[in-house]
Amino acid sequence: MDFIQQQFIMLLGAQWGSMLFSLMTNVFFIIVIIVPLLLGVAYLTFAERKIIAYMQIRVGPNRVTFFGIPWLRGWGQPIADAVKAIMKEIIIPTGANKFLFVLAPVLTIMPALAAWAVVPFSPELILADINAGLLYILAMTSMGIYGIIIAGWASNSKYAFLGAMRSAAQVVSYELAMGFALVCVLMMSKSLNLGDIVSGQQGDSFLNWYLIPLFPMFLVYLISGVAETNRAPFDVAEGESEIVAGFHVDYSGMAFTVFFLAEYANMILVATLTSIMFLGGWLPPIDIAPLNLIPGIVWLLSKIAFILFFFLWFRATFPRYRYDQIMRLGWKIFIPITLVWIVVLGLIMQLPESIRDLPPLNIWF
Amino acid sequence: MNFQDIIFYTFSAILIASSLGVITFRNPVYSALLLVLAFVSCAGLWLLLEAEFLAIALVLVYVGAVMVLFLFVVMMLDINLDRLREGFWKWFPFGALIALIMIGEMAMVLMGKHFGLEEMPIPKGQSADYNNTRELGRLIYTEYAYAFELAAVLLLVAMVTAIALTLRHREDKKSVNPSDQVKVKKEDRLRIISMPSAKKE
Repeated sequence: MDFIQQQFIMLLGAQWGSMLFSLMTNVFFIIVIIVPLLLGVAYLTFAERKIIAYMQIRVGPNRVTFFGIPWLRGWGQPIADAVKAIMKEIIIPTGANKFLFVLAPVLTIMPALAAWAVVPFSPELILADINAGLLYILAMTSMGIYGIIIAGWASNSKYAFLGAMRSAAQVVSYELAMGFALVCVLMMSKSLNLGDIVSGQQGDSFLNWYLIPLFPMFLVYLISGVAETNRAPFDVAEGESEIVAGFHVDYSGMAFTVFFLAEYANMILVATLTSIMFLGGWLPPIDIAPLNLIPGIVWLLSKIAFILFFFLWFRATFPRYRYDQIMRLGWKIFIPITLVWIVVLGLIMQLPESIRDLPPLNIWF
Repeated sequence: MNFQDIIFYTFSAILIASSLGVITFRNPVYSALLLVLAFVSCAGLWLLLEAEFLAIALVLVYVGAVMVLFLFVVMMLDINLDRLREGFWKWFPFGALIALIMIGEMAMVLMGKHFGLEEMPIPKGQSADYNNTRELGRLIYTEYAYAFELAAVLLLVAMVTAIALTLRHREDKKSVNPSDQVKVKKEDRLRIISMPSAKKE
């Protein structure tokens, strides 16, 4: 690494050489994060089909395999799907606004990938260790809605437009509850840096995780996360039984696939943030010998997988919410719960030192 | 010209170009989207000044919430461009007068003695452990607590007013109350009775 840096500085001078070198290393790290993420997205679609199939007593995809190996049957399915999507034609409707129609999928996937810049995979493994990490994530996830709105409008179709309007109202409502739940997390950790949030949950066991003092916030965050990613049972933006396929009804081929990728990348992102903020990130559940020898990233990935299973389980279990009930849940139930919990948390934090040292409270405060 | 200068000029150029686009594009949807671009490049400039909290809050509040609702409204309206431009020349002198007054006022502030490069030098770089968010929070909740709470109450009043102006219970329209529907118990709707089976004649 140092040798390459020396070469750059020799070739281009001290300032530009080191600047270009850091640019190159950052691009390299971005690729290191994005490529496994996209593979994870591909296999998440496979996991979803398999898990839902088993829940419905079916088998799911079981044909495509690699090199004819029989016990890998089904595992080639996501790759085959990707190849199919790339080969398909992208149809642009006659009345569509061409520029915005093509821009919309890009605007959807950009924030879903950009948010990963501040996610800590282990104490050292992080691309950008900025001190406003939580705010950055909130800002990025709130930008994802543009792709959906623009897609709905640029398609010049009533169904697509209805889906976009539904999605916009839903995401803006649930963002508030999500933000308030995160306020509780940052009150506990006293930091906006995601690495510090995980270190704040360090202790002997899982009792120190924010899951326990902030359990209502965990539920609010997880359910808002499902609503924010437009997943079932909050998938009124797509609502196949009412508005065909919602905002992406006119998209085909790769343009559609990008929306699809963004939805799954957002799911993985919400699962990652839930595990970082409530389930102790890379920390083992109990800090004893065999468990704390396992690398932190393994714990983080297993927690992500655990939360992702909930997403798939929800989809297999619940019928779709009615639209006014979605709004009621967001505005009249979640926001009051979060506001009350913020006040309760503030009161506990202002208790005198002697009371906060008593047994259940001294674990967290 | 170092790397930071290049970033500054790039963001500034995008900011100025997109702001011009906001007022020149015919299609209001394009204007709203270019305003979003202007906000984002402005946030980039603020990041260069090490004001990361303000920069991200700008993106979070204006791009993530306010402009979404703007787009929402602009896309729903069926705007007739010919009718919008009908009274252009009639109102032009009035608009030009207001613009001139605003330019004059801005010039008085910006060209006054409080805004020179000597009065406001480039902020010096902060150390690595400097936390913009923490400093801002400390100032808002101690020194400027009164002004901050006044602003909060003002916003609350505006919000309550907006709801009070539009909220009305109409009697001529059938609407459902989701809270009542959710509260329904099985016993309210369903009655299980035992019925003897009918004899075959």
